[in-house]
Amino acid sequence: MRITQGTFSYLPELTDEEITSQLGYALGQGWALSVEFTDDPHPRNNYWDMWGLPMFDLLDAAGVLHEINACRQAYPDRYIRVCAYDSRRGRQTIALSFLVNRPAAEPGFRLGRQEGADRRVRYAIHPYALDRPAGTRYGQS
Amino acid sequence: MTRPGFALPRPGPAPGGEDTEPVVPEPLADDATVDLTAERAGSGVGEILDALESDLVGLQPVKTRVREIAALLLVDRVRSRFGLSAGPPSLHMCFTGHPGTGKTTVALRMAELLHRLGYLRRGHVVSVTRDDLVGQYVGHTAPKTRDAINRAMGGVLFIDEAYYLYRAGNERDYGQETIEILLQYMENHRADLVVIMAGYADRMEAFFASNPGMSSRIAHHLEFPDYSLDELVAIGELMLREQRYRLSAAAEAVFRDYLARRMTQPRFANARSVRNALERARLRHANRLVAADGTLAKDDLMRLEPADFLASRVFGS
Repeated sequence: MRITQGTFSYLPELTDEEITSQLGYALGQGWALSVEFTDDPHPRNNYWDMWGLPMFDLLDAAGVLHEINACRQAYPDRYIRVCAYDSRRGRQTIALSFLVNRPAAEPGFRLGRQEGADRRVRYAIHPYALDRPAGTRYGQS
Repeated sequence: MTRPGFALPRPGPAPGGEDTEPVVPEPLADDATVDLTAERAGSGVGEILDALESDLVGLQPVKTRVREIAALLLVDRVRSRFGLSAGPPSLHMCFTGHPGTGKTTVALRMAELLHRLGYLRRGHVVSVTRDDLVGQYVGHTAPKTRDAINRAMGGVLFIDEAYYLYRAGNERDYGQETIEILLQYMENHRADLVVIMAGYADRMEAFFASNPGMSSRIAHHLEFPDYSLDELVAIGELMLREQRYRLSAAAEAVFRDYLARRMTQPRFANARSVRNALERARLRHANRLVAADGTLAKDDLMRLEPADFLASRVFGS
């Protein structure tokens, strides 16, 4: 199941040129960019691993694209996203975040049901990938 | 990858259709001609070269090389219109010369020039020294260097006194790591980044001797010659004009004499010494006006007199 998280996730995969122009837009807005990766695709997983520190004071997207490619090379079968942080006072939040890499095969989610008192049902989604230990969830690395 | 039902419908033809091919301009026919004059005027490079000629005194070898680089990039642009692509040329440079010969100024001009010619996307200059690149403990250097390089992407990375990166005799120095990362970026990101190193000639020589890979990756080694007395006087007059001062006729001769004496003294730093001398002359000029305590005309406020220079310790001996 193709995971749709972040901006542009319903569109076809962005090419490097499209990513570059999106990064250029973010830099033009004065947002700081950072690259993060994970192998836990649960939508409520906020804690992705950081690929290096956030990049401040950049003018050109080429440097960010280089970091993205370095991350792709190191973790070809993880989810990788780019976050653009808006540091303006009163905002101070992620302004834009989109996936730039995803594993070749995405097994999707299991919908779990738990029956409680009074026949009440609680639902939970569980990524199939999480059944395997961290680091081996999508292929070898 | 794009399964039906999971993608939002997009206006226009479906992805993968013939129309999504990037639009490559048709290469010109073999017998077509291109107006080089129009191309040159369109890039606005002439203005920068003229400004270089008029704002910078002397430096003939440097100006010649800058013109050559500009010509190469211009011709490359025209060539690419015919589909004759030769790949981006390597434009990393090394400026060597004594203090105050205009290395930093030329680097700034160079960034603007390369930007106008379309070689650099932004044309900004990120000026760094050893402190900005080399870390203090294991694992600190690489992120620091990459951070500086990433900031310079699309522009010029100007490394002042580059020989400090390498400290001979200290194997545990992290400078070597910086040099290796730099080399890697200089090779792989030629289209994104131009590295300009600057420093004094003899020490740059020693630096390159211990890092042969660095020397061979720098295509342009520019030597900045020392200024002659006439050139220094011209520089001084240019600076005064910019600051809206002028020399009285008597002061001109004294200023020339001052520079001739100053040139023979130790720690003479070419144009920088000229600027410092003028700064001190301005101080004495202001002091003289305050001491005189009378009414002043506009000309009095602009004119430097011999006394403003003669008080210098250069004339003491």
